[in-house]
Amino acid sequence: MTYIQLSYGDLVLPALLVVMDGALSLVLRLKLEKQLAIASVRMVLQLVLVGYVLTFLFAAVSLLWTAVAASIMVLFASREIVARQKRRLPGIWSYGLGAGCTLLAAGTVTTFALLTELRPDPWYHPRYALPLLGMILGNTMTGISLGLDVLTNSLVRERAAVEACLALGGTRYQALLPVIRDALRSGFMPIMNSMAAIGLVSLPGMMTGQIIAGVEPIDAVKYQLLIMFLIAGGTGLGTLAAVLGGAHLLTDHRHRLRLDRIAADGPG
Amino acid sequence: MLTVSGLKRLHISVSFDLQDGECVVLQGPSGVGKTLLLRAIADLDPNEGTVKHDGTLREAMPAPAWRKRVTYLAAEPGWWSDTVQEHFMGWGDAIPLVTRLGLPDDCGPWPIQRLSTGERQRLGLARALMLRSPVLLLDEPTSALDPASAAGVESLIAERISNGTSVIWSTHDDAQARRVGSRIFTMGPDGRIEENGR
Repeated sequence: MTYIQLSYGDLVLPALLVVMDGALSLVLRLKLEKQLAIASVRMVLQLVLVGYVLTFLFAAVSLLWTAVAASIMVLFASREIVARQKRRLPGIWSYGLGAGCTLLAAGTVTTFALLTELRPDPWYHPRYALPLLGMILGNTMTGISLGLDVLTNSLVRERAAVEACLALGGTRYQALLPVIRDALRSGFMPIMNSMAAIGLVSLPGMMTGQIIAGVEPIDAVKYQLLIMFLIAGGTGLGTLAAVLGGAHLLTDHRHRLRLDRIAADGPG
Repeated sequence: MLTVSGLKRLHISVSFDLQDGECVVLQGPSGVGKTLLLRAIADLDPNEGTVKHDGTLREAMPAPAWRKRVTYLAAEPGWWSDTVQEHFMGWGDAIPLVTRLGLPDDCGPWPIQRLSTGERQRLGLARALMLRSPVLLLDEPTSALDPASAAGVESLIAERISNGTSVIWSTHDDAQARRVGSRIFTMGPDGRIEENGR
């Protein structure tokens, strides 16, 4: 397998495209240049850093270090989930629910794939485990944050409807079902859209990467299919657990709606 | 019989008994906590105190079973589906009640969005009455109705009362209070109720 190697110098020209965006923003007074600059610098630093970290991990092939890296990824994912919520769950649950469901879904699905299909030696080899986890994590995180956001917002908005059902002797599950349905639909929508558009509209990054690296397209497709099934499975599992868990937290054993447990609008 | 003793919710602290077939009117200025009290009796908000129906503690049964016995009806009832009939367990059985409240018998497929506040209030009442609960907690059930519709609601509830249903009826209308209530409770800003004869 051969592919064209890049030097850092080769990146200068493409980077000028972003500089051009920034210049246009300045000229047209779009006020996006500061955000763009911060995002670009973050991206460069994070990616270069992760490149070195992965180099180290691939050399070490240690279960401990791989697990540490995976936990850090899960922590950042749950931080991202909390940051995207307009309304937050109480106390420890604001992080706990997101982190728990992300860990549950992405962890289970990644481990499942490593142990049953890919079977690298050793099974936790970071060359397979971490990219796999990263892809599943990114999508699961999106599903969970969308699902929880719709759940909490709809419960606040649909409070009268939910309480009408409760007052008429409905159980908390019956009363919340329309809202739960909406939340799950929103959580699943991105992955369902990308499954429908994949290959026709978009060529997924991992498959493109493998093709550039010299892998036969049809082999790259098989890998991509595996990843898509894992992503769909992980997102489904994680979003379902998070939305049902959230619904449970925002009601109580006497089947009351407990919006008092939602913290006021979070920052952003 | 509904027994409420030492019910506490925020500033509210209340004890009273409600006999079968009795209608008690709950009055007091807006914001004094009438709605909070009714919601607490239906166990829709966390609260303390002993509330029994026919000697059975509400904690002795699942909350949904309690609310089928002691049913709270909000002044502005909520709707969880798109059309009227989706909110009724058996729409066919509800039609006589709905027409009695002055709505046409073909209003089942109507979208909720299109209903006026008064139509919503009457349909919400019909929906709650379908449960045939022994205790009704009515929160300003005629606040959005014209006098004729309000009279229709009063006579319908009066029928239920004569059949043994107990009612707590909150209202700002003094004349209505004297018409429907056998006792009048006035709630004060201190969260206590005072009984006035009619």
